[in-house]
Amino acid sequence: MRIAITGISGRFGRLLAQRLHRRHTVVGIDRRPYHERPADVELHQIDIRRQRCEDIFRAGGFDAVVHLNVMHDPRASSEDHHTFNIRGTTRVMEYCVRYAIPKLVLLSSADVYGPRAENPQFLTEDAPLMGGTRFGEIRDLIALDMCAQSFFWKHPDVATVILRPVHIIGAVRNAPSNYLRLLHIPRLAGFDPMLQVIHEADVADAIAAALKPGVRGVYNVAGCAPVPLSTLLRLTGRPRIDFPHFLAEAAVERLWRLRLTNFPAPEVDHLQYVCMVDDGPFRAATGFRPANDLDATMAHLRLTSAADLR
Amino acid sequence: MVVARMLALGSIDLSRALHHAEAIGRVLRGLELTVERRLPADLIDRIDTLKADLGGRSTDDFGFDPEAIKPLAPFLAWLYYEYFRVETFGLHDLPAGRVLFVSNHSGQLPIDGMMIGSALLFEGRPPRAVRSMIERWVPSLPFVSTFFARVGQVLGTPENCRTLLLQDEAVLVFPEGIRGINKTYDKAYQLQAFGHGFMRLALENRTPIVPVAVVGAEEQYPALWNLEPLARLLALPAVPITPLFPLTGLLGLLPLPVRYRIHFGRPMYFSGDPHEEEAAMHDRVMQVKQAIQDMLDRGVAEREHIFW
Repeated sequence: MRIAITGISGRFGRLLAQRLHRRHTVVGIDRRPYHERPADVELHQIDIRRQRCEDIFRAGGFDAVVHLNVMHDPRASSEDHHTFNIRGTTRVMEYCVRYAIPKLVLLSSADVYGPRAENPQFLTEDAPLMGGTRFGEIRDLIALDMCAQSFFWKHPDVATVILRPVHIIGAVRNAPSNYLRLLHIPRLAGFDPMLQVIHEADVADAIAAALKPGVRGVYNVAGCAPVPLSTLLRLTGRPRIDFPHFLAEAAVERLWRLRLTNFPAPEVDHLQYVCMVDDGPFRAATGFRPANDLDATMAHLRLTSAADLR
Repeated sequence: MVVARMLALGSIDLSRALHHAEAIGRVLRGLELTVERRLPADLIDRIDTLKADLGGRSTDDFGFDPEAIKPLAPFLAWLYYEYFRVETFGLHDLPAGRVLFVSNHSGQLPIDGMMIGSALLFEGRPPRAVRSMIERWVPSLPFVSTFFARVGQVLGTPENCRTLLLQDEAVLVFPEGIRGINKTYDKAYQLQAFGHGFMRLALENRTPIVPVAVVGAEEQYPALWNLEPLARLLALPAVPITPLFPLTGLLGLLPLPVRYRIHFGRPMYFSGDPHEEEAAMHDRVMQVKQAIQDMLDRGVAEREHIFW
C-alpha cells in the first residue's frame, strides 16, 4: 500500500511510520522537520493548507491517508488552532474525494464525550459529544470529529475511520501525561474515579489496525483495563496532594493563567467524574488488542522525562 | 398517631408484658457492641469468594473492591445481627447467574439496600455481591461517591445495568426511587409509582426478576413531615421531621432499632419485546409491583412487633 501520513513529524506520525515503512510505502507531509527519518520514508516539508500540497496527492496514487496533522496545544491561540485543524482536515478530505483515495484515518479522542457525573461507566460511540459543555478548548476537537463524521456519510466510497482513544500515556505533551509527570500530583479529596489509559505505542498500533481493508466508522479505542485514579498515582511513585474539589478549579485556573501549570482547569473534571469508553466494536472489527498492560504503560511514562518531549 | 400505631402493635397488651420485657432486654443486650460474638466465622472467606470474579485485578470495571468491605464487615455484621436483627425469608431459592432484585424503598436513608446486600453476602448460598443502582447525584459527592463505588454500588443508568447483567451480576433496583425512600409515615408500606426501565432491561437481557419486600425500614425514621422548602434550599432530596428529629438533636439521627424482615419472592420470568410501548410494560411492571405489595402486606400482618 502507498500510505500518506500528514503530521508525520509528530509523536504518532513517527511511531506509525516506524511500524509501516518496511511493509508499505510511506509518504509524509509536515511543516516540521522529521529527525532520524527512515531512509525509505519520503517527506514533503510543507504546510498542509498550501495549494502546492495538492500536487502530492495528485501524483501520489495513495491507497490510504492517515491524517494526524491536528494541533492539540491548548496554549496556542484558538483562532490559529481552529483554522489549522479544520482547514487542514477539510483539505485532506477534498483530496481523498478528488483523487479517489479509498481510505482515510483520523485521530479524535475519548475526551470529546467529556467527564460528567451522569456518564454511564462505559460510553459507546453513539453517546453525545458533551466534552465542550465546560471545556471550550475541546470544541475544536469536537468540530473536527463531527466534520469527519459528516464526511463519512457524504462520501461512502472513502472508508473513513475516526478513532477516539482514551487518555494517551507516553512521551507526549497531553494533559494526562503532563499530569502524571508532576512532582507532586494534586487530587480532589474524596474523588477516585475509574480511568482508562493507553500506551502511545498501542495508539500507533490501533491506527495501523484501522488501515485494514473493510474497517470503517467511528471507534472508541481503550488500552489497559480500567483502574481507579489512586492506583495510577501509586504507580507513579510520586507524592500526592489532596485539594477540596470546590477550591481546585479556581486554583488551577489561576495557576494556568500564571503559567505555573500545564493543566487546563476544566480537565480537573477528569479527576472527579468518569469518562470511560466501550471499545468492543473496535476490537471486533480489527482484532486489535493493546500490547501494553498498566505496569508497562506506567513504566514507559517514568522513562519519558521532559528531555524526550521535543 | 405514629407513636400510637407503633405501640398498638403489641406493647400495651398486658398479658404479654413479661414477654416484651424480655424482648426489650434482648434488644438492649444487642445494642452493646458484641461484635466478635456474632461475627460469622466464615465472613472473611465469603468476602474472598467475591474476588474470584476480578481475575487478579484489585477492582472491577466499576471500582468495586471486595477488600474494602473487610474493615467494615464487623460493623455491618453488628448492624445486621444485633441492631436490626435481620430475618430473611426465601433467601435460598434464588436463581444463579444474572438476576434483578426489585425492592420497595423506604426509611429515609438507604439502609434497606445495605441490609439486602448484607443478607446476600452473609447468608447467600453462595455469597453474592449485590450491585445497587444508585441516584444520579451521588457521583458529585466527595468521599460518598468513592465509598459507594468501592462497596459495589453503581450509578443507576440503563447502560450500567445492562453491562452488569451481561456480566451475570446480581443487580438491585428500587423502581420507586426517592418517591419511596422519602415518603412520610402515613404512606408506610404503600408502594409508590414504579419506573418501567427495569422491565425493559430484564426483557432485553433475559433476566429473572426477584421481587423483594423489606418490612421494618419504614419505622426506622418515621417521617411525620418532609420540609420540602428547606430541602430545596439545602439541595437535599428531603428533610424529614420524625418524632425524634430534630427534637432530640443528634440522637434523632440514629435510626430506631426496628427489626428488619426481608422477604425474597419466587423468581419471575418475563418474555417479550423490550421496545414495546409503555402500556405493555406497565402490565408486566404491575405484576412485579403486586408481588411485592402482597409480600409487604403479609409481612406486616404476620410480624409480632416492630422492634422484635
